[in-house]
Amino acid sequence: MAHEDPVTQGTKKTTQLCTFRVGNILVGIEVNRVQEINRDQTMTSVPLAAPEIKGLINLRGQIVTAIDLRYRLGLPERSADETVMNAVVHSGSEIVSLLVDEAGDVVEVQEDDFEPVPPNVSPLIRRFASGTYKLENELLLMLDADEVIDGDFTEQASTNGYATRGLT
Amino acid sequence: MRQVGELVLARNQLMSHPGISADQTFYQTVQRLSLIVSELQEGVMKTRMQPVEQLWAKLPRLVRDLCNQSGKQVALELDGGDTELDRSLLEAMKDPFLHLVRNAVDHGIESPLERAEHGKPQAGTLSVKASHEGGQVIIEVSDDGAGIDPSKLAATAVKRGVVSQDELVRMSDREIIDLIFRPGFSTAEKVTNVSGRGVGMDVVKTNIEHIGGSIDVNSTPGVGTTFRLKIPLTLAIIPALLVGSSGHRFAIPQASLLEMVRLEGNEARNGIEHIGQTSIYRLRGRILPLVRLDELLKLDTAASSAEQSVNIVVLQTDEMSFGLVVDEVFDTQEIVVKPLGRHVKNLPLFAGATILGDGTVALILDVPGIANLARVAEGASVASTVAELEGGRVGQVSELGSPLLVLRVGNSRKVAMNLADVARLEEIASSQIEHAGGREVVQYRGELLSLVRLEDVLELSPTERSERMDILPVVVFSTELGLYGFVASEILDIVASKVELHHLGDSPGITGSMIVSGMAIDMLDVAAAIGFANNGHPSSSRLELGIPSMELEVANSGS
Repeated sequence: MAHEDPVTQGTKKTTQLCTFRVGNILVGIEVNRVQEINRDQTMTSVPLAAPEIKGLINLRGQIVTAIDLRYRLGLPERSADETVMNAVVHSGSEIVSLLVDEAGDVVEVQEDDFEPVPPNVSPLIRRFASGTYKLENELLLMLDADEVIDGDFTEQASTNGYATRGLT
Repeated sequence: MRQVGELVLARNQLMSHPGISADQTFYQTVQRLSLIVSELQEGVMKTRMQPVEQLWAKLPRLVRDLCNQSGKQVALELDGGDTELDRSLLEAMKDPFLHLVRNAVDHGIESPLERAEHGKPQAGTLSVKASHEGGQVIIEVSDDGAGIDPSKLAATAVKRGVVSQDELVRMSDREIIDLIFRPGFSTAEKVTNVSGRGVGMDVVKTNIEHIGGSIDVNSTPGVGTTFRLKIPLTLAIIPALLVGSSGHRFAIPQASLLEMVRLEGNEARNGIEHIGQTSIYRLRGRILPLVRLDELLKLDTAASSAEQSVNIVVLQTDEMSFGLVVDEVFDTQEIVVKPLGRHVKNLPLFAGATILGDGTVALILDVPGIANLARVAEGASVASTVAELEGGRVGQVSELGSPLLVLRVGNSRKVAMNLADVARLEEIASSQIEHAGGREVVQYRGELLSLVRLEDVLELSPTERSERMDILPVVVFSTELGLYGFVASEILDIVASKVELHHLGDSPGITGSMIVSGMAIDMLDVAAAIGFANNGHPSSSRLELGIPSMELEVANSGS
């Protein structure tokens, strides 16, 4: 699913992206992968899960796992008074929620404006970004949604971690 | 089916609405609605139930075909075909089940020639049985074939790189047999038309576990193999108890719930005892290992500390029961089990999630998973206590065993005994010890408790013995002949383990040695120790050694 769905308009190839703000970064995800955007959902945290897994939400009777994009991208943690939104994206047969700060516009980007991520950007961000688009006012980071959702997570604090600590 | 689940959820939501008690008529209407929903749910469940016969209608044909191909003779026995199971479950377990049957004919049962050589009837027997057992359906597929040879299996496992030689050394026969469930494992030496094509037992196991079931294998070389499938009756809606810990809410399936115990006031402060790092509670004289949910899940324990009362939820898994300590107990509810996403599915502690009346998500605890995890942790705590046994990395053990009490005797000997045999654990001041009838005794609850120093029973040399202690840890046994107290140097821990004894030569006072969590532990011969006390040897003469083991056995049979 990593490939964009190019909408051919005239001669230039353009792609529609949903944009989100995460920390000070503007990220984009292909528009047809995003099912919906939700405000403040009650989150049930999952003990012993990887720290990126913020919890589970109830999306109209379906239980959806929420992944914190800030944590994933190595950005500072969200403080309590900052807003959080669920960007619900398709991933295989499941849906997954990516936690972002704000939802932006849907933008149309052109292939000409695409450039790889500069090498001096933090490795975490480079890992999850497939490239950048030069918008008029700022840079848009194209998210590699599959890597964000399915790439390796921080070592889970499950069995082994617990076993070495022992019961008290 | 999904709609019924949603209906139950909506009902629960309505029932927990605060406005419900304000209006009498409204309340009654909701009550009626609730009743109807329950009946509807039951009805839908019933219509979905189908006899497992459907599953094995094809078996006679399948087995006959297999026999024709392989030139084997197999008699098929079917039993309990009228046992009912949810349709979707039946569908889901069809393939794994057929795989087991194919395996049994292809690998399990030998050719008529081989069978004749081993003195078995030429025709092998394949028996398939289904039955109900405590809210679950048990399906057994057993053959009277060659069985699984652990040593052969181990050799293949190492060759295929499934386990290393190092790991193998620490594994019991049972664990070795369980290797067949590892991915990439097939013991078929040659690929046949029927099996050995790489779709192995790991797929069977995954499929069965996917529908909330479990699979177990028992095999005796030369006698046969039995696969035991445990399948839940239904997937979707189960009764569960809601509990709270550190502000989180969890659901515990009622099927594994035995009882609830609440300790208040004094009892809450003193009722829980500690052995090593494990907490225990005496429930009507039985020792119940405790697991704190908040610690197990590494929740923020600050929120729950210093409570006035302790809530213990007594849970039952296959072979042991344990107490789960939670902060709050709410009510029981019919919950709709929802699958977890793939990011959290692999956590061993959760069986799924559900949506509560107020719309929030609650995780469903996986009781066998908790038992396993808690036990691994207990094993680890012993390992850390015992510094000289390094390198004993604690692997995750998948099979539950019976709980063992581990003691230190002398400076470094570790012995274990079945926790189930132990009446009480006490600490006795050495000043309380008196001498009567040529042995050491203490007055204990109006009776005389004969003390047996395990150092003597094990015939430790003076250098191996620990220094004199003022407070002696004593394990109390109650027998027909009276009370006996085994004096140890330290009570280390409770671990649960399968007892697989190795005999390393005659050693006094023990029945054998075993490996628990990578440590060598001796199994105490309880009868011999009691016999030792009755032999009339003054146990105060601490240097007197060398009671012939023959004599001990005579004493055992007498007691």
